[in-house]
Amino acid sequence: MRLSRFKRITGDDWFSAITFSFAASIPLLLFLLICLLIIKSSLGFKTFGFGFIVSSSWDPLNDVYGALPFIYGTIISSLIALAIAVPLGLGCAIFLAEVTQSKVKEQVATMIDMLAAIPSVVYGLWGIFVLSPFLGGPSLLVGGVILSIMILPTITAISREVFQAVPHSLRESALALGATKWETFKLAVFGPALSGLVGAIILGLGRALGETMAVTMVIGNRANISPSLFAPAYTLASVIANEFAEATSEVNLSVLVELGLILLVITVIVNGAARFFVWKTTGHKA
Amino acid sequence: MENNWTQGLGQRKLIEKIFLSAVFASTALALVPLVLVLGYIFIKGAPALNFNFFTQLPAPVNEPGGGMGNAIIGTFIIVALSCLVGLPIGIFGGIWLALYGQGKRGFIIRYAADVLSSIPSIVIGIFAYVLIVATMKRFSAMAGGFALGIIMIPTITRTTEELVKMVPRSLYEAGLALGIPKWKVSLKIVLRTAWAGIFTGIMLSVARIMGETAPLLFTAFNSMYWNFRIDEPMASMTVQIYNYAISPFADWNAKAWAGSLVLVMLVLGTTVFVKKFSQRVYYG
Repeated sequence: MRLSRFKRITGDDWFSAITFSFAASIPLLLFLLICLLIIKSSLGFKTFGFGFIVSSSWDPLNDVYGALPFIYGTIISSLIALAIAVPLGLGCAIFLAEVTQSKVKEQVATMIDMLAAIPSVVYGLWGIFVLSPFLGGPSLLVGGVILSIMILPTITAISREVFQAVPHSLRESALALGATKWETFKLAVFGPALSGLVGAIILGLGRALGETMAVTMVIGNRANISPSLFAPAYTLASVIANEFAEATSEVNLSVLVELGLILLVITVIVNGAARFFVWKTTGHKA
Repeated sequence: MENNWTQGLGQRKLIEKIFLSAVFASTALALVPLVLVLGYIFIKGAPALNFNFFTQLPAPVNEPGGGMGNAIIGTFIIVALSCLVGLPIGIFGGIWLALYGQGKRGFIIRYAADVLSSIPSIVIGIFAYVLIVATMKRFSAMAGGFALGIIMIPTITRTTEELVKMVPRSLYEAGLALGIPKWKVSLKIVLRTAWAGIFTGIMLSVARIMGETAPLLFTAFNSMYWNFRIDEPMASMTVQIYNYAISPFADWNAKAWAGSLVLVMLVLGTTVFVKKFSQRVYYG
């Protein structure tokens, strides 16, 4: 045996060091991303302060900016999406996990997964030429409906997983008492699954908030706050998509980055909450 | 809790019927958009597809013909670039997490990957813009590939970690018992066993980023010409579809449908094929 004051560096040490450097680049990239976004948006923040979030004027020609119409459009379109996708998605998940054991099940699951695989820009194209004319032109409502189609697979897949994590013995005890499928669901499944379902819904919300292309193509892209769902609106992601490449001034670019930062903070919080709820039921992260 | 059992049998049967029909109806309704979207893409896209679509440059307005050849090539180049960023970090990072990531460092890295995966793709695009486009002072395919690569990282990391952990411990120990060094066992036995599954994850991730548009709008931008230089703007199918879709010209709109048909076939084809194929390769 070699006697040395220093441990010999072996292949294993190299291996763990190299793989670690790749692994460590993930938090480093995240840190870099957040730092760069903060630095780039500091000019906008210095100019407009916190008033930026509550101001509703958006005029790149005169360098006057406010984020409120975009925050409004983002939140309302996502809520419309949830209002449609939650009942449908839960229905699908109940169908897949509780009601049917037939062969149709896997086919239905695959088809719903296919909804998730269709690219956003394709939904947008379909939205422009089919959905939007049908619903009376570009509006908040059309944006919400398109979003609901896009988040439905997320809500379905996670809820299904949550239902499947509920112990089978609970269902069997209800069934043994002579309960119908609805009574079994209500008594034995819904309670234990509730937290996970909340997680699934919030996860859908997170996806809707950050979705860009399809919404940009059908929401009308007008920075106003109107109580009507049939009025055109604008979202955080859409304004970045439309104006970033053509930003007219340093301040303009800076406030667009600031909008991106706002979007990042919202989605990270929402997704974090969702993961927590799903984890409480299924024992692993979504 | 209210006692259901005092309800009459008829009433219970009625509620059961309503419940089941609501579930069936919502499932059926959820599948309507899939049929509509795919149906429209096939009906509107197929007539505009021809050989030239795959080989020619975009034609100017009011000029017949032309295609998306450069955008199709561009998409593949950008995806290849993103693999250069996403795969090494994802695969090696995943291996490290599976083999050594039990402690605090592993927790932090996993947490960072989770946060990264929840950041909207357009914000990742801003990151690539600030880091690469603003520094180089021009749009480039490189920046687009970088953005898409970042989007791949969390998925690949998690897939690799999970699949490496699924490899039976006994296999790992059998390798060590033969006197093979740990790193060789990890790469040649453990990684190779898990590889089929990891490959599935990679293909699914590639299919997903192929359909990304938002991060490319202000990184790879767009181009109307053949371009194979990665430090210059490059066309991609998604950005081209977007530009054609929002244009007021019927001919360009038709091209957008044709492009969507090609894109959907690529993405859905990969996804469905890989999922079917992987069911046989997996451990069970």
